[in-house]
Amino acid sequence: MLNILWPVFIILSFVYALISGRVNEVNNGIFESLSDAVELSMTFLGTICLWNGIMEIMKKTTLIKKLTNLLKPFVNFLFPDLKRNEIAKQEISMNMIANILGLGNAATPLGLKAMKTMQKENSRKDTLSNAMMMFIVLNTASIQLIPTNVIAIRTSLNSGNPTSIIAPVWIATIIAGLVGILITKILIKKVK
Amino acid sequence: MANLINYLSGVAIPVIIMLIILFGLKEKVEVFDTFLNGAKEGIEIVFKMFPTLIGIFLAVGLLRSSGIIELICNLITPLTNLLEIPSQIMPLAILRPISGSASMAVAVDIMKNYGVDTLIGIITSTIMGSTETTFYTIAIYTSSVGIKKTRGILVAALAADIAGIIASVVICRILS
Repeated sequence: MLNILWPVFIILSFVYALISGRVNEVNNGIFESLSDAVELSMTFLGTICLWNGIMEIMKKTTLIKKLTNLLKPFVNFLFPDLKRNEIAKQEISMNMIANILGLGNAATPLGLKAMKTMQKENSRKDTLSNAMMMFIVLNTASIQLIPTNVIAIRTSLNSGNPTSIIAPVWIATIIAGLVGILITKILIKKVK
Repeated sequence: MANLINYLSGVAIPVIIMLIILFGLKEKVEVFDTFLNGAKEGIEIVFKMFPTLIGIFLAVGLLRSSGIIELICNLITPLTNLLEIPSQIMPLAILRPISGSASMAVAVDIMKNYGVDTLIGIITSTIMGSTETTFYTIAIYTSSVGIKKTRGILVAALAADIAGIIASVVICRILS
């Protein structure tokens, strides 16, 4: 996918910048993007190592079984292919819990770990498996109990009622999630 | 209520870390050695995904700085008018799937200009809360395990985003 999209994005941008006379902005944009990527990776390195370490401890305790049991019906429904892969299901459950609690920093490292585990069972190493597809869509759907980031921004902008958006966010997230799950289920059947 | 939620989100992470370590101690896990083993794996994950991040950020940065995103916003105005999506939120709707920091900056900008508690402000907040940085999420999840063929997952994720954005507009209009 990116082998096509990536060059198209870049070439279109250059051509449009030439036409509209924004070559200088584009020049600055290149180097800004690079330092943004480095900065993000550095921040990431810290949080990923932290959460990987903490979760390694958690996996050795009974806490993890309690949490996975809680999410079991939901996970089994969405990931029928992972019936016997307990480790993958545990890691998926942990990622979901971090997402629901709004701990984006923790959710991504946990999610990447789950991907690694699912990749071990994947018969075609260069192609997404069914379970991976469903997992990625769930992670792009931003399923969270309390949208803490947005509430923080609303508070900082002196909103009279910063938390008023919680209910609309729930409804919109559920609709987006259902559409994502439905289309993924179709893609799993149609695209091999 | 707002203060309570802010407080809870502030203490959530320290409390979770402490709880897990306490559980580990109670069940006689060698907590520090275990922590190190896990952390080591983290380095590997970041290492693997760094080249993808550079590539994605470059493309997104170019799209933004060249003005193409503005152009697309203008081009689809007739369609968004048809769906009664306020034109002020279009830059956000387009940036949201491709860049977290850029869409956050645009959202703050919109709310500063049109008010936080106005219909536009509330729609903006709802979109930010109910959608994710789709491109980026797909890129890091697939690149971290070296996957090239994604079986059209982008279509499913973008359809979910569009549904989320339209739902945000409709719900906020009904509630206000």
